[in-house]
Amino acid sequence: MAKSVVHDSGKKLNVREIIQEKKKTKSINNTTEKLIPKILFGIAAISVFTTIGIVLTLLTETIAFFRDVPFIDFFTGTKLKPLGENAVFGVLPLLTGTLISTGIAMLVAIPVGLMTAVFLSEYASEKTRRLLKPILEVLAGIPTIVYGFFAFTFVTPLLRSFIPGLEPTNILSPGIVMGIMIIPMVASLSEDAMSSVPNAMREGALALGATKLEVTWKVVIPAAISGIIASFVLGISRAIGETMIVAIASGSSKNFTFDVTQSMQTMTAYIVEVTGGEAAAGTTLYYSLYAVAMTLFVFTLIMNLIAQYISRRFREEY
Amino acid sequence: MKYIDSTQVHKKMGTRLIANTLAKTLFLLATLFGLVVLIVLIYRVLKDGLPWINMDFLTNRLSTDPGRAGIWGAIMGTFWLMLVVAPVTMILGIGTAIYLEEYAKKGRVSSFIKTNISNLAGVPSVVFGILGLTVFARALDLGSVVLAGGLTMALLVLPVVVVASQEAIRAVPQFLREASYGMGATKWQTIKNVVLPAAIPGILTGVILALSRAIGETAPLVVIGIPALLIPIPDGIFDKFTILPVQIYYWTIDSALVAEYANLAAATIVILLLVLFVMNSIAILIRNKFQKRY
Repeated sequence: MAKSVVHDSGKKLNVREIIQEKKKTKSINNTTEKLIPKILFGIAAISVFTTIGIVLTLLTETIAFFRDVPFIDFFTGTKLKPLGENAVFGVLPLLTGTLISTGIAMLVAIPVGLMTAVFLSEYASEKTRRLLKPILEVLAGIPTIVYGFFAFTFVTPLLRSFIPGLEPTNILSPGIVMGIMIIPMVASLSEDAMSSVPNAMREGALALGATKLEVTWKVVIPAAISGIIASFVLGISRAIGETMIVAIASGSSKNFTFDVTQSMQTMTAYIVEVTGGEAAAGTTLYYSLYAVAMTLFVFTLIMNLIAQYISRRFREEY
Repeated sequence: MKYIDSTQVHKKMGTRLIANTLAKTLFLLATLFGLVVLIVLIYRVLKDGLPWINMDFLTNRLSTDPGRAGIWGAIMGTFWLMLVVAPVTMILGIGTAIYLEEYAKKGRVSSFIKTNISNLAGVPSVVFGILGLTVFARALDLGSVVLAGGLTMALLVLPVVVVASQEAIRAVPQFLREASYGMGATKWQTIKNVVLPAAIPGILTGVILALSRAIGETAPLVVIGIPALLIPIPDGIFDKFTILPVQIYYWTIDSALVAEYANLAAATIVILLLVLFVMNSIAILIRNKFQKRY
């Protein structure tokens, strides 16, 4: 007679049956083991499909757009008048709007961000640092729409009180606010780069009689330059892609101008304006959305690739 | 013989030290600039918005009359949106992280996926809006409903969850895995019963941070096509909806016409910042309380 054993489940089973059962769970386990990596790979592939989806949608509709509007006209046209009878699609007003707002933003973000990074990494005591870093994190966590509100209802009126010619919607104020928004990003990435410079290099310079400023300027910044430049480039990419601040505070006039007191439209703000107005599918106006988005996508992609290249290529390993 | 002329040294040292002190002050001021802006911003928003916040403001429907307008619809819209974003982005994000950290061989495929994710993180949110508009709202014919917005938003914040989960999984020490294998556990059993429980605080922190990014994001949803004035309260994921930041957007741009809209926008900002503050506090709490160091 076969011995019977009390199994986990409380049933009395003989040894043969237990072996059968173990075999069954083992084969279930084996199938799961084989299945799980495939499922997970499928999930991981979705991020790739997202990228492909973005590129494909932009590409197909952009090609449709260039059937209506010649490529050259789009990139050299200084006039953008998407609505009404004789619609003209030249992207230059949007490009200048984007580049000028980005330029203003970086004029604020680069110096202030870099000085903040230097202070936190080289001058501040551990205690001050622990006090100040969370403030930067809060500043980085504020939604851009709030910055847009701030630019429109506070910074613009403030600037208008001492720049009389400033229009109620202008590119200057959102540019400055965008810069403020990017400060934490530049500061924390640059600080990371500077903190990873080994202390021995600082101490060597200090021992030769250098002041802290000289150590920073001649040792730390040159050693961390790849990370610092990468942080600038990422900041530029962020500024190019920033939408709500300019959509609110810079208005929607498609001026081709370099006068920062005037209202200008960026590529991002154009997309928001056109989709908000419910462009009917199939019209040139609708396709122009994709051509502008494609231009924007290419710009930010190039910036991000440059940043990755710089931080990989010029990284100094210690 | 004197090698060092001490008067010369002092003369030169003086200007260098002064330069150093000046620079230090300048750097400190630059650092405090952020703080000043933050204080001014919060002060302005509170001053404009706080008097307008009361029970009626929270529970009323939208209205063109500033005295009667409320944000209940936007609150419910945000709630339903998060109900879509949270599970989708968690499944996608954690799944991708497990694959990259535990299964993928260090080779071309995994480095391609990694590069792809870091590039995806740099795509402007408004471009994600275009993707959502084209694929979810139009091609799948969902329309500008919660589901379309939620899926778009989930893809937008996906890189945040992936990176945070990867770091959390990587921080689980190898000896825990080896102990599990030693007990006869299979790979998936080890991941399910050992790695994930140990990594869950870090993963959760990442998820909450991703959700707080999604709550404040405006551009993609404006692009998908949220109407400026929507009276019905959304009731499920197939309803049209509005959310807090989009409401802020429309009230801010219309404040040139009706001045009180600026106050409504400020009041909504106060609520939004409050929600974000609570979420971030929870994230920090989880990080500090449950994060073990091995």
